[in-house]
Amino acid sequence: MNSQELTTLYDKAKQKNAQYKHKICVCCGAGCISSGSEEVLKKIQEEITARGLENEVSAVPSGCMGPCNQGPLVKFLPDNTIYQKVDCKNIQYVVQRQLIDKKPIEDLLIFSDSREKPFLNADEDPFFKKQLKIALKDCGDINPEEIDDYLNIGGYSALDKVLFKMLPEEVIAEVKHSRMRGRGGAGYPTGFKWETVYKYVSAEKYVICNGDEGDPGAFMDRSVLEGNPHRVLEGMAIAGYAVGASQGYAYIRGEYPLAIKRIENAIKQAKKLRLLGNNILGTNFSFDVQVRIGAGAFVCGEETALIASIEGKRGTPSPRPPYPAESGLWGKPTLINNVETFAGIAPIINQGGEWYSEIGTPKSAGTKVFALAGKIKYSGLIEVPMGTTLRQIIFDIGGGMQDDGEFKAAQTGGPSGGCIPAEHLDVKMDYESLLSLGSIMGSGGLIVMDKSSDMVDVARFFMEFCMDESCGKCVPCRVGTKMMHDLLQKICTNHATKIDLDRLEELADYVKECSLCGLGTSAPNPLLSTLRHFREEYENRIRQFEELQP
Amino acid sequence: MRVRKAKKEAEISKNDPRVKFLANKIKKENYSPGSLIEILHTAQNAFGYLPLNVLQYITKALKLPPARVFSTVTFYHFFSLKSKGEHTCLVCTGTACYVKGAQAIVNELEKQFGLHSGQVTPDNKLGVAVARCIGACGIAPAVVLDDEVLAKVEPQELTQKIKSKLAAS
Repeated sequence: MNSQELTTLYDKAKQKNAQYKHKICVCCGAGCISSGSEEVLKKIQEEITARGLENEVSAVPSGCMGPCNQGPLVKFLPDNTIYQKVDCKNIQYVVQRQLIDKKPIEDLLIFSDSREKPFLNADEDPFFKKQLKIALKDCGDINPEEIDDYLNIGGYSALDKVLFKMLPEEVIAEVKHSRMRGRGGAGYPTGFKWETVYKYVSAEKYVICNGDEGDPGAFMDRSVLEGNPHRVLEGMAIAGYAVGASQGYAYIRGEYPLAIKRIENAIKQAKKLRLLGNNILGTNFSFDVQVRIGAGAFVCGEETALIASIEGKRGTPSPRPPYPAESGLWGKPTLINNVETFAGIAPIINQGGEWYSEIGTPKSAGTKVFALAGKIKYSGLIEVPMGTTLRQIIFDIGGGMQDDGEFKAAQTGGPSGGCIPAEHLDVKMDYESLLSLGSIMGSGGLIVMDKSSDMVDVARFFMEFCMDESCGKCVPCRVGTKMMHDLLQKICTNHATKIDLDRLEELADYVKECSLCGLGTSAPNPLLSTLRHFREEYENRIRQFEELQP
Repeated sequence: MRVRKAKKEAEISKNDPRVKFLANKIKKENYSPGSLIEILHTAQNAFGYLPLNVLQYITKALKLPPARVFSTVTFYHFFSLKSKGEHTCLVCTGTACYVKGAQAIVNELEKQFGLHSGQVTPDNKLGVAVARCIGACGIAPAVVLDDEVLAKVEPQELTQKIKSKLAAS
């Protein structure tokens, strides 16, 4: 296929979609499926057929729409009306009222159970209005299992543009200009990473998409892979062209069977249209993607461990340098980026690095997806410009605390991150501001806690996680996390003295400084940040025990 | 001096359809040691867990040292050397589920069935395990009961559901 044929495909996809007056998207993300959305979709399709509307209305599964705890969600396009908690029993009623009578059912509108006046157009609801979606833009509007849906919204046009109008250097310059930073957690500038890999001369190079989202509380990679897998593939192919790689690997957690299924399906479809594989769009550029399934090791999110895992070995990290950019998979230069990073590439190419760099803060450009969970009214997935404050995220978008409880802390960055207390609610969510509070951006998990959460126990919980997930290769992490966990356990059960606390702080520094990879160096973060912001909780427990002593 | 011989594992039958399935996968992957993890996934899907004789078979097919295969299997949480039980109940204990009371679910399962994480009832009917995060944080606390993800789980409701499943089987 060449570029012209792609235009023909666009026209065909457009035509196919134009015949439908209405499109009904049923969220088939992991959250909604568990509330029964697949059954709802089936019932809607049956209802459409029964009414003889199948030539006017298309009902398709879609990716995650965001408010996961309101599921199953059904979206009616082009009105953009979202119904929540749709039950199989009232499908007939919903279709009748929405499509035939054109009288939307107020009681079923999104957030109708908690807002005084729900919105007909979901985008006007504060939950959606305050967001800016780039990576998640089309999740929820397209059928992730049909490449036509992706082509209909101009899919693979960025790949077409780079292959015919841009040199690899220009692609890299554009990504650099966007000032995008890696969305996996560390925030390394994406453009520089690409440039480094580009500069190494090698016949073979690899592009790896890191979808080993092990961080508990984060599920954005899952939603992107489930909701818009072609966008990730397009980003990977563009990266392959820019750095000179012809083989890509998508490493996805074994815990995400649906994401694996959808990306495998997407690869098959793209190959069929020659948008992946040999001689893409009739050029000399070839790029293939293989899926590798993770096997449940948190440490495999670390790039060197992930590479070992793709090679079929134990996922233990290796010392850097050499960085994967120089010597990665099978000893060849390798580019590793996160799912969300790849999802942001096509918009940057299409709309320009300049456009992207103007979003967000001077140091952290663009948008970030956060997974809201915990004691918050509307949990789910949101995407906001970098620099949005925590207060805006929790109270404006997330609707505030569940059961109107009192906010105590928000945990960001999972087991590598830290807790942000109430006095820092106005912190801007960007890489540097979070770091200055002793937390990290991480992959974007955001867990809200109220007064019922005991911070010492939270620290113990994360330490237990790191202790279990430590690969055992280096001593500071293997032994250090165990010792810190035992000390935290001692404090939790009110058996610790002041000496134990001193010892704990000393150990935290050692582990932070001496560990081999990111797991160890960041394992003390939850402990240190809770010590910094909630020290009195630790000291109260110690005092209680010491007062009992004779 | 008496040398204690290691107990010899039963050879696997070449006619077993699951073995054929596995053999096909190994062939498809070109007997490449790099695809060990993919092959282990296939084996575990076919057998439900990784019996030792199956591991020996893979070891021979890929021409890898047994230690290499065994160390890989034991490194990853996903692989299991023991049968997981006919029905499996996987409790997510990720942060969001933890904040919303996953521990109460784990405790209830322990109280009702006497099972800790990773244990199976003596009759091999029910196995309980905990997961680090299944990425369903929006509907916490989540439990996966026989591949079905349950949302906002109440401990008592869950044990009721399991009991009815056990009774039905």
